[in-house]
Amino acid sequence: MSELYRVSSNPHIRSRVTTNGLMLAVIVALMPATGFGIYNFGPRAFAVILVTILSTVLTEFLFGLCKWKGKVLSHLTVTDLSAVVTGLLLALNLPVSIPLWMAALGGVFAILAVKMLFGGLGQNFMNPALAGRCFLLISFPTAMTAFECDAYTGATPLAALKAGEQVNVLDMVIGRTAGTIGETSVIAILAGACILILLGVIDLRIPGSYIVTFVLFAGIFGGHGFNPSWISAQLSGGGLMLGAFFMATDYVTRPITAKGQYVFGVFLGLMTGIFRIFGPGAEGVSYAIILGNLLVPLIEKYTRPVAFGYRKGGKRREK
Amino acid sequence: MNKAGERLYNGLVKENPTLVLMLGMCPTLAVTTSAMNGLGMGLTTMVVLALSNLLISLLRNLIPNRVRIPAFIVIIASFVTAVQLLLEAYLPSLNKSLGVYIPLIVVNCIILGRAESYAYSNPVIPSLFDGIGMGLGFSVALTCIGALREILGAGELFGYGIFPESFQPIRIFGQAPGAFFVLAALTALQNYVKNRRKSAGKAYEKIGSGCSEDCMNCKDSKGCTKKFYDEAGKEDR
Repeated sequence: MSELYRVSSNPHIRSRVTTNGLMLAVIVALMPATGFGIYNFGPRAFAVILVTILSTVLTEFLFGLCKWKGKVLSHLTVTDLSAVVTGLLLALNLPVSIPLWMAALGGVFAILAVKMLFGGLGQNFMNPALAGRCFLLISFPTAMTAFECDAYTGATPLAALKAGEQVNVLDMVIGRTAGTIGETSVIAILAGACILILLGVIDLRIPGSYIVTFVLFAGIFGGHGFNPSWISAQLSGGGLMLGAFFMATDYVTRPITAKGQYVFGVFLGLMTGIFRIFGPGAEGVSYAIILGNLLVPLIEKYTRPVAFGYRKGGKRREK
Repeated sequence: MNKAGERLYNGLVKENPTLVLMLGMCPTLAVTTSAMNGLGMGLTTMVVLALSNLLISLLRNLIPNRVRIPAFIVIIASFVTAVQLLLEAYLPSLNKSLGVYIPLIVVNCIILGRAESYAYSNPVIPSLFDGIGMGLGFSVALTCIGALREILGAGELFGYGIFPESFQPIRIFGQAPGAFFVLAALTALQNYVKNRRKSAGKAYEKIGSGCSEDCMNCKDSKGCTKKFYDEAGKEDR
């Protein structure tokens, strides 16, 4: 009875989805990749992940403390788990041999410069984890591209591929290769992605259009045609899978319109293809995604759906 | 405080061209890869700024209003050419590292801005000190940016290593993005200090010089900018 007559202010359409729930889902979905990374690269990978998460959470907590006006704990944004997701994603994008202070510095940069200074969760103009990675990549190019560890020495499969060497695609799919902590195993990433898709957290619009565009671009301009082993090596190497399913689909930095999401995915595919095939380096997923993030407001502007009863351009339809 | 001192204080702190007025961003961001470059650029600009302010103030009653901008540019360009020749002769290494940014001082908006808004409508001595003050403010800001970028991005200060060998420089500070980070951080610091002083009731003391608090928000009808524009309007009519 009281439920029926309850008077409340808007919004009247409510959902059980909470920020904490979404973040928790992403963390759970990242667990296979995280677990495989620790199994693959040993306990040092765990230390890197722990330090990075600690640095992001601590940065968000301290920043929130400086700005904390009330006494309610939930006003501290650190409780929404988004800093944990950022830290985890950043750690999965780091090589295992990185000095721990660099990992921590990347976490501080990701949260402080990219997220909190622009207004916190929902206001960051690019993916904080990727921005942190690119900050480290530009600052410490040697440490960030040193993929040597006990189990695997030498170049990443993508670099080997670029140099014209043969790579074992099966190893790449399972993840027994050199690379950053979380990017090596396609199976683990896809398992996590399935969790997210089944929970309805993400859909296939961005990853699908991203990967399809990349395959087409690589096939046409890669110089190997649509050679299945070369294409599948390109797909499973580097950060493409992790980027397509976990980074590009970030709620804050992707377009919200369905049409815009396809445009976004196609743009990412094109940029990744250009960076990988024509660029000097072997990898380009991070730069492709943060470039795409910068274009999101523009994409949204041109793909805004027309409201019911209105014409394109915001004018009311004449009777 | 006398007028000369007031102009120096104004340029260094109150209306610091880089951190408060945000003028001259091109040299600020491009050449401050090291403290030495920042200091060199700042001092070079200061010399040109002081001399051009001096000459424009001397000629302010001779330059017709309608052609004042070309006249300013000719005066500034002459000084820049002279300064560049001097640098080439006596400081060739600095001249080389500053490169094209020395000739570009001609179009530096701080210099043109001070000529237009101060020197053209004020007596000689305050104009000279306005130029020196603004130039010092620019030099201090550029040297700070350069020093921070050099320390973080190369582990050195004025070319001398100040960290043990094991220190790993954060290379991004030596590159273009680092210039934006450091400039933003210094501007934020400046605003923070200013806001704290204001909330503590210690606002900058009002200076009895006929000029109101700051030129940007000048509402004083006897103040320099307003008077200048009134005169300009009359002449055009």
